[in-house]
Parts: sequence; structure tokens; C-alpha cells
Amino acid sequence: MVNRQRSTPAESTDVTVDRLSQAELDVDTYRVVQPDGSHDPEATPDLNDESFRDLYRWMVLQRVFDERATKLQRRGRLGTYPSGRGQEASIIGAGYALADQDWIFPYGRETGALLMHGLSMRDLLLYWRGVEDASRMEGANIFGLAISIGSHIPVVTGKAWGMKLAGEDSVAFANLGDGATSTGAFHEGTNFAGVLGAPAVFFCQNNQYAITLPFDGQTNANTIAQKALAYGIDGIRVDGNDVLAVYNAITEARQRALEGNPVLVEAVTYRRGAHTTSDDPTRYRTEEEVEEWKERDPLDRYQTFLEETGRWAEIDEEAIRKEIEDEFSAAVDAADEFAERGVEEMFAYLYEEMPPELERQQAAFEELLEKRPEMYEYIEQRPKG
Amino acid sequence: MNATIIQAVNDALHEEMDNDDQTIVFGQDVAESGGVFRATEDLKETFGTERVLDTPLSEIAIVGSAIGLATHGFRPIAEIQFSGFLPPAFDQLVTNASRIRWRTHGELTVPMVVRTPYGAGVRALEHHSESLEAAYGHVPGLKVVIPSTPHDAKGMLISAIRDPDPVLFMEPKHVYRSLREEIPEKAYTEPLGEAAVRQEGDDLTVISWGAMMHNTLEAVENLSINADVIDLRTISPLDRETILDSVKKTGRCVIVHEAAKTGGFGAELMATINDDALMYLEAPISRVTGFDVPVPLLSMEDYYIPHPPRIEKAIEETLAY
Repeated sequence: MVNRQRSTPAESTDVTVDRLSQAELDVDTYRVVQPDGSHDPEATPDLNDESFRDLYRWMVLQRVFDERATKLQRRGRLGTYPSGRGQEASIIGAGYALADQDWIFPYGRETGALLMHGLSMRDLLLYWRGVEDASRMEGANIFGLAISIGSHIPVVTGKAWGMKLAGEDSVAFANLGDGATSTGAFHEGTNFAGVLGAPAVFFCQNNQYAITLPFDGQTNANTIAQKALAYGIDGIRVDGNDVLAVYNAITEARQRALEGNPVLVEAVTYRRGAHTTSDDPTRYRTEEEVEEWKERDPLDRYQTFLEETGRWAEIDEEAIRKEIEDEFSAAVDAADEFAERGVEEMFAYLYEEMPPELERQQAAFEELLEKRPEMYEYIEQRPKG
Repeated sequence: MNATIIQAVNDALHEEMDNDDQTIVFGQDVAESGGVFRATEDLKETFGTERVLDTPLSEIAIVGSAIGLATHGFRPIAEIQFSGFLPPAFDQLVTNASRIRWRTHGELTVPMVVRTPYGAGVRALEHHSESLEAAYGHVPGLKVVIPSTPHDAKGMLISAIRDPDPVLFMEPKHVYRSLREEIPEKAYTEPLGEAAVRQEGDDLTVISWGAMMHNTLEAVENLSINADVIDLRTISPLDRETILDSVKKTGRCVIVHEAAKTGGFGAELMATINDDALMYLEAPISRVTGFDVPVPLLSMEDYYIPHPPRIEKAIEETLAY
């Protein structure tokens, strides 16, 4: 008879076992310009005066676009819109560090970076109006938006793998939020990128909220940057309200990625607006908290830097704003003029060669619309939004 | 050459790797060992480790990275070791692969193949025996192909690799090695989206696909009847014409599939017949399917699989109606 009894020690032993603990990790937050506006001249990127001004102009553009687009949505002239308010330094600093040949995978808030890399303002507005044609991203190396959070991460890895195989001097650049880092797709995509040595940069704008959930409910990890270590890749934690720090961090990450070392960059920032125009943030966070982050405004901080380095005098803020406002208005006009489309567009692009059944469905629907034109009216009059 | 299905798959992969240097084969255990079923045998030796790669145990990354590669001008051929492990990557098929051409109005395309052995009957562990083709076939933009013979396995896999859109290629592993036939040495294609009529007859129409095709043919032979026996070969896009022409001729139809009954692809076939051939029917359409339960573990799985006597009974009842 086998003795199946297990003798359990009654008391714990004195043996200690070494544990890995995040408490022992020392994850610095990289800064060039401190929250009080002082800066480290050694760390200041080697850019010309025009580029320093350019960075400011792009941040203003991001802010103005977000304000105008949000208003447009309120008037029923745009669909649901996710503002990047508060994250301008992260968005613009990253976009500015990327090269023309890189591929950007957006997650929704990076308006300025997309416009910087060739998307037209009209097309971006059309996308938020629900016009698929805008997702052509004509003339730009920009992938469709990853609305399903985290789903793009393994695709970014595949894109970067393709760049490596083709011997290109480019990286695949993933934009994601803090929520995405809890998905399986994030884990699998970054892990595989590490195995492949793929030229990918995973840029997480940790804006402290995934819709309503604050960062401490998202993960027990102290930082997102430290997650890189588990995948054997490098991590960078950067102050996401410091545009020069983000620029330096992404420039560095991009270079490392091109050398075969994918990098996870966490930009610590704050979403000052709602998750989208459909969200009411007063339900889950305090006014004090929002005020606290308003004090750390990325545009104000950069302005201090420009003032201290004698570059502010060259900037005509009013003229910049006016120019952007005009550009936005012209883009809205252009979007309004976008040609009427037919229902065939729904069917046309699913396959290179349309299967017979889909042809039949399209033909039957078009015939129905022709026989019963009041259907158009019914659809037009349906309440929107 | 005289080949089994697994040899035909391997042969097709060799042909297309040789034919198109943008093809890349990857998945779990496909390179060093040539795959758990040896479908990818000798590919690494012939084409090198850059184009034939062992990946982490990571279905989402395998399918997701295949999508990324495909949008970058490559022709990825990914293997998911067993179709029971495909569900984690269903998100990638639905959210990305199936709709990238559509959402970008043709600017980006996903010419990729995901190969996966499916079905019961090989005395495998849990989660190795599923047949979820109806779920995958429900995704607009995703082609779903299931060959049942060595000839089709080679010809349709080559078509799938050359196809400009994403294809899920489900291989009937129960008959991977149990059938042999002569197939051409060279590359050839069999069209996707076209059923094959395996036998012609006026008594009734029997429709099946994959491993169940062979149980169906056995049942028809045992009964010595004159039936149209249709091998569907492609779940999506569906060849409605072949089905409708046959049912209009025979007026009677039995559908055989291994997947669970409720919401199975047989239901779609019945609806298709209802749409365009209802008035030709002389008997209700009958389904012989797996039961609405998970595929049982190995000691009981043979009771789950629609075997020839069950098919024979359904045919007899449909003929006698």
C-alpha cells in the first residue's frame, strides 16, 4: 500500500528565498525641462531655432484642433471624438522624432503627429465623420486607427519584422494608452518583437485613465516602462509633458530599434479632457486632480523654456493660432464638400474580387433603393448619434 | 507523385516558397522539427531560417504579425498548431485581417494564409479536435477553405497562398495520412470558392466537407444509391450554384458536418436552399452533425463523430420521405 500521507510542517521555516521585487527597481523619469521651467542645457536636443519654434506651433495646432473638433462634435457635425488635451508634448515630441519612412500606428489622440506625417486635415475630419475613404491615409505611412485597444500591437511587430527583412531604414511606431498594456495582444506583440529583434517602438502615453479606470487599477506595476524588462527589451520612462524629453526619448528609442532592439517608451502625462466626447469625466475624478495637472501644462512649460533660451520673442502666438484656426475652417469646408457617395462603397472593397453572393446582395439592395426611393429619406431622417 | 494530404501540404509549401521569395512560413515548432504533423518538413533546410521560423507560443502574435508582414509586401503562411488554439487569435482575424482592405479602400491588403489542422478522430488531448468553420465563415472578408483530398490540399493551398486576401486554411487532420492519390509533381491551382461534385446521381444530394467527406462517400457506397455527392471545399465564399443546381435536380438533400449542430454551417446551407430552391424539395433537408457539446475526450470521441451508419440512416429516411 502506498503511503499517501503528506507530512506538512506545522510552522514556517527560517529559510529565506530571494525574490524579485519591483521595489528594487529604480525607474527614473527622464526630463529635459523641469516642471518649474528650468532646463538642462546638456540634454537640450540639437535642433535649430526654426525646429524649436516648429515644436511649439505643432503643440498649438494639436490644442486648437482638439478644441475645434470637440465643438464641431457638440454641434452634431462630427462623430465621437477623442481629444489629446494635456498630451500635446507626448504627441508632438514623438511625431517630430520620427522619420518620413517610418510607419505610425495611431490609437486616436495623436492628431498632430498624423498631420505632421502627411495626413490631410480634411481626411482626419472625414474619418471622425465616419467616412471610410479617409482611412486610405493617402500619401502617408499611417495605419488605420486601433479602436479595439491593443489589437494593433502584434501587427506593429509584423510590420517591423517586414521592415527588417526588407533591410529598410525605418521603424514601426505603435501608439497606445495605459489600458492597452493590460491586453494579451500587448504582451504577445512586444514579446515577439523582442525575439525577432524587430525595429519597433511601442509608445505608451500613460495618461492615467483608461476611460474611467485610473492607472493604479490597471496594473499593480509601479510603471509601464518596467514591463519592458519582462520581454527582454529596453524601457524608457519619460515626462510626457516635456516635449523636448519626449523628442529625445523617441529619437533614442528609434535608433535602438533600428539596431535591432525594440523599445517600450512610457510617457507620463494626463488626459485633461474626457475620454471621448461621449464621456463625462466628472463622474470618476476630482476637479482638484485636473487642476493639479493643469499646473503642469505642456505648452506653458515649453514656453518657459523658449523664453529662457531667448527664442520666445520670435514667436507670434496670435498669428500661429490664427493660421491654424483658418486652416481648420478650410478643412471643415473641404470635408463638407466631400462628394456624395453611393451604397456600392459598402461592398466594393472587401475582397479584390467580389464573391457572387456579395454581388447579388449589392444588386438586390440597389434595385430596392431604386424602386423605393423613400428609403433614402427614411435613412436620412433617422436620428444621428 | 503519390501523396497523402500532409505530403501534399508540404509539397505545396515547397513549391510556393520556391516560386515566390516573399513567402515566409512560421508558427510553433514548424522550423526545427518540421511541425508536429511534419507539414513543414525540410522547409527550414531548403529555404533558411530567415524565411522559416519557430515562434513563441503565442497565437495572437503569430496571426497579428502575419497581418503586419502581409501589409508590408510579404506573403506570410502562418501555422496554428491545432485549430483548438486559434480562438485567442480570432480577434486578429476579425479586428484586423478581414477588414484592412475594406477600411483602407484597397490601400492596404492582407495576402496571408493561416493553416491549421482541425477536427476530431486522432485520439488527441482536449482542445485539439474542434471544427469551428462556421464561426470563421461568418466573418466577412475572411476566406475559409477546407480541402478533403491530397489533390485539393495541394492545389487549394497554392491558390490560398497566391490569393490577394486573407485565407484560413483548415486541414482535416483525421485524414492527413489515411488517404493517398496521384497528384501532379509541379505547382497547380484548384479554385477557391468552387465546390467539387465527387459523384453524380439523381436520387438525392449529399453535401459535406473535410474529413466527413470520406464518411459520407462510404455511406453512399454502402447504400448503393445514385447520389450527387458535393464536396464543399470552401466555406466562404460559398459556391451556391453547385448546391442549388444539384438540389433542384434531386429534390432531396442531406448535409453532413462534424461541427455541433446549432448554428453550424449546415444551417446556412439549408437557408441557402430555402432562398432559391424551396419549391424543388420533396423532403425536408436533413443534417447529420456532431452534437451540441464540446468534442469529447478520446475515449468517447468516436461516438460524437458522424459515422457512416448515422449518415446512412439519414439518407434512407430522406429517400423514404
